[in-house]
Amino acid sequence: MYNELGHFALILAFCIALVQMVVPLIGAAKGWNVWMRVGEPAATLQFILIAVSFAALTHAFVTSDFSLLVVTANSHTLKPMLYKITGVWGNHEGSLLLWVLILALFGASAAWFGGGLPDRLRARVLSVQGAIGVAFLAFILWTSNPFERLEIPPFNGQDLNPLLQDVGLAFHPPFLYLGYVGLSMSFSFAVAALIEGRVDAAWGRWVRPWTLAAWLFLTIGIALGSWWAYYELGWGGFWFWDPVENASFMPWLIAAALLHSAIVVEKREALKSWTVLLAILAFGFSLIGTFIVRSGLLTSVHAFANDPERGMFILAILVLFTGGALILFALRAHALQAKGVFALASRETALIANNVLLAVACFVVFVGTVWPLVAEMAWGQKLSVGPPFFDAAFTPFMVALALILPLGALIPWKRARLGRAWRSLVPALIAAIAIGALVWTLQSGRSILAPIAAVLAVWIIGGTIVELWTRAGRGDYALKLRRLGGLPRADWGKAVVHSGFAVTLFGVAALTAWQSEDIRVARVGDSFALGAYQVTLDAVREDVRGPNWIATEADVSLSKNGKIVAQLTPEKRFYQIAGMPTTEAAIANGVFRDLYVVIGDPQQGGGYALRSHIKPFANWIWAGAIIMALGGCLSLSDRRHRIAAGARRAAKTVPAE
Amino acid sequence: MKRLAVILCLLAAPVLAVEPSEMLRDPVLETRAQALDHELRCVKCQSEAIASSSAAWAADARVLVRELIAEGKSDAEVMDFFVDRYGEYVRMRPAARGAGLVLWIAGPLMLLAGIGVAALAMRGRRGAPEVAALGPEEQARLDQILRDRGS
Repeated sequence: MYNELGHFALILAFCIALVQMVVPLIGAAKGWNVWMRVGEPAATLQFILIAVSFAALTHAFVTSDFSLLVVTANSHTLKPMLYKITGVWGNHEGSLLLWVLILALFGASAAWFGGGLPDRLRARVLSVQGAIGVAFLAFILWTSNPFERLEIPPFNGQDLNPLLQDVGLAFHPPFLYLGYVGLSMSFSFAVAALIEGRVDAAWGRWVRPWTLAAWLFLTIGIALGSWWAYYELGWGGFWFWDPVENASFMPWLIAAALLHSAIVVEKREALKSWTVLLAILAFGFSLIGTFIVRSGLLTSVHAFANDPERGMFILAILVLFTGGALILFALRAHALQAKGVFALASRETALIANNVLLAVACFVVFVGTVWPLVAEMAWGQKLSVGPPFFDAAFTPFMVALALILPLGALIPWKRARLGRAWRSLVPALIAAIAIGALVWTLQSGRSILAPIAAVLAVWIIGGTIVELWTRAGRGDYALKLRRLGGLPRADWGKAVVHSGFAVTLFGVAALTAWQSEDIRVARVGDSFALGAYQVTLDAVREDVRGPNWIATEADVSLSKNGKIVAQLTPEKRFYQIAGMPTTEAAIANGVFRDLYVVIGDPQQGGGYALRSHIKPFANWIWAGAIIMALGGCLSLSDRRHRIAAGARRAAKTVPAE
Repeated sequence: MKRLAVILCLLAAPVLAVEPSEMLRDPVLETRAQALDHELRCVKCQSEAIASSSAAWAADARVLVRELIAEGKSDAEVMDFFVDRYGEYVRMRPAARGAGLVLWIAGPLMLLAGIGVAALAMRGRRGAPEVAALGPEEQARLDQILRDRGS
């Protein structure tokens, strides 16, 4: 009953999306107000219907209704309740339903909070948003219907992939989708602006919060995924440059570029066509990411043939939207006249440099991701493009970006005197070089990577402090502090985000350069040295039972200078229903280092394979991501975004009252 | 699921990769061997280096790497040994020739192109009115305002 209701709501949502796509667009072209206004209730209704459908599917998972194919394939009565709920999006069909739910949520928010937008622009934005909804709802209904029934329901399900039964991974997809789908708003705004033939400062101001929100969700989503990989996959890697990871990283890079170029549009009315192009590309890369993941094209060329229908459908959506928008761009971009002029030495130029570096970095990731496929199709060469390539080819662009960041953040718009900017940055430069030299001396003869990262991190954070201090102006300290407190939240947001970037940069380099490990066969009672620590295998327990798994559990204690600093219990689990083993690493988290222990299989001659790692500064990677996300929130809460929308609405409603 | 691919390829065996029994006694040689483990692909796996895979093939390959190193072969010779048998596919870091060359120069070329396009676009602005610096009077007035605010 609930299932049929959900299915019916989904079909109805598809019809509503069709209306939302067509009617406001015609209204905007003809100037018919009533037609334009259809977009708003349609967007709200579409959201409600998809939410009903999603609730129905959740109900099926929670009550373990095995008459649904997806529930049978991905759930089990013994599975903990949390994972029954997160299992809703732990599969292809359900995750797509979540995708359209978020899409509809964004569309509806544009209808709810878009009061300040000009009527035509809002109608067109909602129409494009409706078109994306139509495409994906059709994709779900025709190729991936979550409400498909089984004729003879089994007594129990096949359980969710045990690696997905984890908190970090359970919330990784929703955040990632909020990011991917959030970029659809930027895309809709770009297409609407192209149809309209006008991009101005106001457009830049409307696009920015959506892009910022999308970017910050992507940041959280990517960080969650990488954190999960770190503690769950059992050897402490945090980034694999896997096609699927790259698929989420490319939109992140483009969205970061878009954020910066939209500032130029907003403040200076320049870089208009480039910004529109970035907005199209950002969502284009989201779609490419969806395509890569859903079709299985890149992880294995042959997986494509396994599911040609789904792959082709997404490819069609990708070509239709990205291609269509790019054609529209080619036809209309010349209409977007830049107004602001600027000298070579100016904030504008620095932001262009930022955009070039981010876009090229994204291009490198893109080429590296698709190259094996291209080389095989074009020359019949089988190539592997692995982490060593990406580390070498991608890193230089991030280094260059970090180098120019403090200068670009400091110099004024329009025309700058570089000499003055340099002089004020001297303290940051000295601090950076001093810390770098210190790190280099301390580590004695290891990779140069970590000292370089230390220099860059201090340079960025020092530059941020210098910038804030300059903004505080002249006068005594009390006055300066008062002025600092009065700075717009967007400025604080910028400072916080840049600092977060620096923290992540340093964390990645320090972990990569300084990690150490020990692999050995250990018997119960064995003790050995790992760096400054003494590791002891105290006990091993077999056949420890969980709700849907059996585990081998070890007690490992780590001591330093005779004092015990951590007692860890790594596990090796076996999920009987799914028939899969998982490694549960035990980690003692610390500010400066993680201690990371993994227990492996029993060995033939007795004892267990035991792997222990020291992971220096590991948490800085995710701390930096959290700081970036917080900075994004801070910037989003700037009164400019709230007032600008609110003021217009007030201005419009007053005469009506 | 976004991560399904990663999961599936690591799922093949989410246990320890390098087994204790495979390791060389000499720590210097073992460090070299572990570095090589990251450069060689497990040809039976999805997209993994032999360092992290626990497929049987990867285990054999790791032992082979250590045997070759123990024989006194250089890192390049070990790589060549594998490339001769399994083709370029076995390199995780594609060689900078043939199709691989395009891959390596794509980034730098794109950077040059980006700089070129940006430079052209900025030159195109020349037609627009020049940005005038502040005249002496304006500068004096600005300084005055700033002084007033500062005090």
